[in-house]
Amino acid sequence: MLTIKNLTVAYDETPVFANLDVTFQVGKITGIIGPNGAGKSTLIKAILGLIKTQQGTVAYNDQTMKQVQKQVAYVEQRKDLDLTFPINVFDLVETGTYGRLGLFRSPGAKERAETEQALAQVGLSDFKKRQIGNLSGGQLQRVFVARAIVQQAEIIILDEPFVGIDLQSETAIMAILQQWRDQGKTIIVVHHDLNKVSRYFDDLVVMNHGVIDYGPTSAVYNPANIGQAFSADLSAVLFTEKTGVGE
Amino acid sequence: MNSLIDFINALGKYDFLQSALITAIMVGVMSGVIGSFIILRGMSLMGDAISHAVLPGVAVAYMFGFNILIGASLFGILAALLIGFVASHSKIKTDTSIGVVFSAFYALGFILISMAESSTNLHHILFGNILAVSDSDIMTTAVVLGIVILFVSFFYKELLITSFDATYAQTYGLKVQILHYALMLVLTLVTVSALQTVGIILVVAMLITPAATAFLWTDKLTTMLFLAGGIGVLSSITGLYFSYTFNWASGPAIVLVAAGLFLISFLLSPKQAFLRHRVKKTAPAPQAAAVETLATNEGGDR
Repeated sequence: MLTIKNLTVAYDETPVFANLDVTFQVGKITGIIGPNGAGKSTLIKAILGLIKTQQGTVAYNDQTMKQVQKQVAYVEQRKDLDLTFPINVFDLVETGTYGRLGLFRSPGAKERAETEQALAQVGLSDFKKRQIGNLSGGQLQRVFVARAIVQQAEIIILDEPFVGIDLQSETAIMAILQQWRDQGKTIIVVHHDLNKVSRYFDDLVVMNHGVIDYGPTSAVYNPANIGQAFSADLSAVLFTEKTGVGE
Repeated sequence: MNSLIDFINALGKYDFLQSALITAIMVGVMSGVIGSFIILRGMSLMGDAISHAVLPGVAVAYMFGFNILIGASLFGILAALLIGFVASHSKIKTDTSIGVVFSAFYALGFILISMAESSTNLHHILFGNILAVSDSDIMTTAVVLGIVILFVSFFYKELLITSFDATYAQTYGLKVQILHYALMLVLTLVTVSALQTVGIILVVAMLITPAATAFLWTDKLTTMLFLAGGIGVLSSITGLYFSYTFNWASGPAIVLVAAGLFLISFLLSPKQAFLRHRVKKTAPAPQAAAVETLATNEGGDR
């Protein structure tokens, strides 16, 4: 269980959120939803130790995140990367082994085999020699998921993995996430829109400058929470539509 | 052609020319390799800044008679730390911080050099004087080349991942900052070596132009490193030849050759394909031919 207690993060004077408490369950896919600027990315960056926190603790089964650093995989947003970089698909996925190799050790036959296998899992074996700029958004996202596979982490955190990708890639990635869940890993997904929320996520964290509610999606995904995080109007539209379509 | 034979004959005859050639080759390799990481990290301006910021270190080394590498490293690292400090402790952006710090260092260097005028020649520091390389200069350059090669081979995967995706490197616990400053230190060492061949003003051209040229030809980092080193060497040797034959200043001659190689690559390389795109745009008539060139290019562009 990933437990966050009393967490406060502020970039300037005003905190993004203060005294935040939330837990993420092992063996679950947990979605984090909320409007732009709600602090979703800030929360995962705090979990990953990428930003300074003012107060609070993040613990995984009573260990600090520093202790389990090598057990965490992060799939960041694609837009933050230089797609002209001289690296091909295979070499990028192989960077997933760097963390456990440590300094002064290069990837060997074992690491290359793991890389091949991960590429096969996301269906990109035929693309391994491609420079990464010559991929579609969905293929590139699958490349980063393949890197996370290679990391063999216990906690996998994905930031907006489904933005601007094709349906085939989305399905492939979702299948990997479910596989990870069945292996008892902890999966955290920052999600941008409310479509498919109940289909994709076992648990849900609803955010807007702090956590509004968290728990099993069936209990948390309700008009009151969504209304509070986004707007009452959106909530009304969403939930009437939902009952209408009967999904 | 005769001038080429003259050049080769002179190489056999004159020690100073041999020394110049050896230094030029070593500097070509190291600046191409380190320059590749500089441009991939989007740090061309930083490369320029650090290369200028070593000037006070050079002056101080002359004044007190210790090794120029030590003086230069000291000021190079100091400049890198200051640039980082100003950028992270104020709302000022990094490029502005670079501008403030490096111009101040450069100015300080000028004043110190004019105070130490006696044995040094400012002109040589600014523009290089490869034909006056001493044996100890060669030794120093060889040591720096060794450091560059060791640094890049031992930390290849760390340099790769921090250049491409520093955030990811941080998540698995790599000390990204330390590697950054280590690279800056190596950069100052390369700068000092390149001082002799092209001078302080043009060092940045040796770092960036061969690396940028190599970048246009390949999609693989290892290939890029070797290619950039090779282009650096080719520029240095050819520039030296022009310098000897036409009595041009060695630094500008080397840099112009490098720029010429870049221009050719800009026009012809498959990745850039400036000419091909031009031709396609202006003359769409022979479509079959255009399609064929594209096909032979195995999807080099999207």
